[in-house]
Amino acid sequence: MALKMKTAILTGAVTLVAAISGLAYAAGGGGTGDYKMEHKHWHFKGAFGTYDKAAAQRGYQVYREVCASCHALKHLSFRHLGDKGAPFYNEDFPNPNDNPLVKNFAADWTIEDIDTETGDVIERSGIPADKFPPIYPNEAAARAGNGGGLPPDLSVIVAARGGGADYLYNLMLAYDSPKPDDVELTPGLYYNPVMDGGKISMAAPLSDGLVEYAPMMVKNDAGEMVEVAAPEATVEQMAADVTEFLAWSSDPKLEQRKSAGFMTMLYLLILAVLLWFSYKRVWKDVEH
Amino acid sequence: MSGHPSTYEPKYAATKWLDHRLPIIRMGADFMTFPSPRNLNYWYTFGGILTLCLVSQIITGIILAMHYVPHTELAFESVQRIRRDVPFGWLLQPMHAVGASMFFFAVYVHMFRGLYYGSYKAPREVLWIIGCLIYLVMMATGFLGYTLPWGQMSFWGATVITGFFGAVPVVGESLQQWLLGGYAVDNATLNRFFALHYLLPFVIAALVGVHVWALHHVGQNNPIGITPKTKKDTLSFHPYYTVKDAFAVVVFLLIFAFFLFYQPDALGHADNYIEADALKTPPHIVPEWYFLPFYAILRAVPDKLAGILLMLGAIAVLFVLPWLDTSKVRSMRFRPVARGFFWIFLFFCFILGWCGAETPDNMVPFLSVGDKGLNFTWLSRIATFYYFAYFVIILPILGLVEKPKDRPESITKAILGDSSHGAAVPAE
Ligand code: HEM
Repeated sequence: MALKMKTAILTGAVTLVAAISGLAYAAGGGGTGDYKMEHKHWHFKGAFGTYDKAAAQRGYQVYREVCASCHALKHLSFRHLGDKGAPFYNEDFPNPNDNPLVKNFAADWTIEDIDTETGDVIERSGIPADKFPPIYPNEAAARAGNGGGLPPDLSVIVAARGGGADYLYNLMLAYDSPKPDDVELTPGLYYNPVMDGGKISMAAPLSDGLVEYAPMMVKNDAGEMVEVAAPEATVEQMAADVTEFLAWSSDPKLEQRKSAGFMTMLYLLILAVLLWFSYKRVWKDVEH
Repeated sequence: MSGHPSTYEPKYAATKWLDHRLPIIRMGADFMTFPSPRNLNYWYTFGGILTLCLVSQIITGIILAMHYVPHTELAFESVQRIRRDVPFGWLLQPMHAVGASMFFFAVYVHMFRGLYYGSYKAPREVLWIIGCLIYLVMMATGFLGYTLPWGQMSFWGATVITGFFGAVPVVGESLQQWLLGGYAVDNATLNRFFALHYLLPFVIAALVGVHVWALHHVGQNNPIGITPKTKKDTLSFHPYYTVKDAFAVVVFLLIFAFFLFYQPDALGHADNYIEADALKTPPHIVPEWYFLPFYAILRAVPDKLAGILLMLGAIAVLFVLPWLDTSKVRSMRFRPVARGFFWIFLFFCFILGWCGAETPDNMVPFLSVGDKGLNFTWLSRIATFYYFAYFVIILPILGLVEKPKDRPESITKAILGDSSHGAAVPAE
């Protein structure tokens, strides 16, 4: 019986793996020319992976100072930045609306609103409860400002691309690859081998030293506040940081999910062992 | 409801009173003591697993429906809101999405089990047909549900599939418009898909009730396909199979939990994280993995209508299978030749799945050199041919010509050998 059980589990596993590899095979692809995707070891991968908070905080700075001139983050509110598992979480402020950093970030954005007294359209500075505002008033304006291309919303961008975090990271780095002759560029298009077809409407957004990183205080894995020195703002560094931030934005509950997952799997495993022995006990005198 | 003599004795005045009026406790008691063949293996635990899947989908689904907004402008955002802001939404939304995959995984195991042990043969034809109906409604439910998050694959999948109705001769176009509530997949479509997606699981639940009724009327088949003859051949459902099912359920939940917590997106498509855009066709439109084999059959022929007919035929053939298989021997254990064809059939089902995920014009790796050799269209044609041949040529002929192996006289003899003075079976 134990053997049959094993075959059953094995068959099940093989079926699932086959299904997944089929999908992965279908989802893969992308990339032109000789560009080789660099597979980075992301801090949030693996069964116990968490976001690298320092990187994600710097990533927010890159988003704010660079990407946000074109790309919105419409599914996020400022308060999300201070949620548990988010880059700026601070346990002194379990309600992220009270988190001073979050308040500052929100205040740094201009939000369109209606004056309740006069009904006029006004502009005010943001509060944590606000959503990240749109960058362009409408799609036509967004296209007009980008040579016809439409900058996608970045809230779930890492989940929305087959290659995930590696895709985004490599997209930032791949701009200086030499263009093969068979890729024809029209004005407003740039060569990027990570894009399907090698063409992209976004000019290389990063260049060395584009942002100025400052040292910051973050919690290390042992839970102590430590100062993290400001790294040099190389293209690689900024690309990795903004990817970490946008990976969080795509999957903000990853840390909760993984820790709940660990407890659940442990519980189920113990239950399975107990049930296995119950089964043995109940069937003790029955040959089958 | 069950076909075995009831052994329930109400003990108290109140239960006696109730038993005369509505023997509902009796029904439950008979259910729990239902005599089940003593040799059921783990492949027989999937019925219980499926029941759990259905319950889980309904519960998570109802909660999601409280927060989901069926509107083209808001649906995508409402799913994001569920995942980001609704308490436990981060758990419930993937539980429902991953749960659908697990449900289909379990139903495929359940169905192949039936094919292997000949569970569709007399007297279980109706039980099998109800199962086929359940599967049909499950497919509809899965398809409708996938439209709701209003991602690119939702929209374009719905567009492609409903587009096939347009290929129906004469009435096609009006049929398609009637289904969509307009000329294209739009808000009216999303609203009705939501309404139907909420309705169909309860249809499934009702069908499952009838399925289990039929099961209890004819009794369960078993891995050797020999009908139980004496009390010794069976065991009470509880505690023997409750404990075995419980163990299997927990192992299944471990696999479920692995995907739910660690690979929630592995079974889906990245493009569905892009909001639906009617002006931008994704480069590859693919359905969920569990529809890929049928998608491959659909695309195997160049003619749209023929493709639909083939795909419908692939499911319809299951309904008449009890009359196509001419062999009186149920279990493949005693049909070595048929067993070989069964495994080839399973293999080609996977091949069809692979073809469904690929671009038809692409060449098949290992089976082609450069642009010479087999492409996926041809591979899916071969696999489609075998799929149908298995049901309409191989099984009908094989039953007439094959020589099955000797079968044991009874389940007990099969287990204990002919000197059946072995351990007595407690009959509870
Ligand atoms: C929601 C989906 C379904 C549920 C909840 C369900 C439930 C069950 C249960 C509880 C059993 C008894 C335990 C077992 O044999 O595993 C059973 C048996 C059976 N089911 Fe299903 N079922 C479902 C779908 C199907 C489908 C799609 C088919 C076939 C097309 C099917 C065909 C059968 C057959 C033939 C048996 C009898 C097996 C035997 O006695 O060898 N079922 N089902």
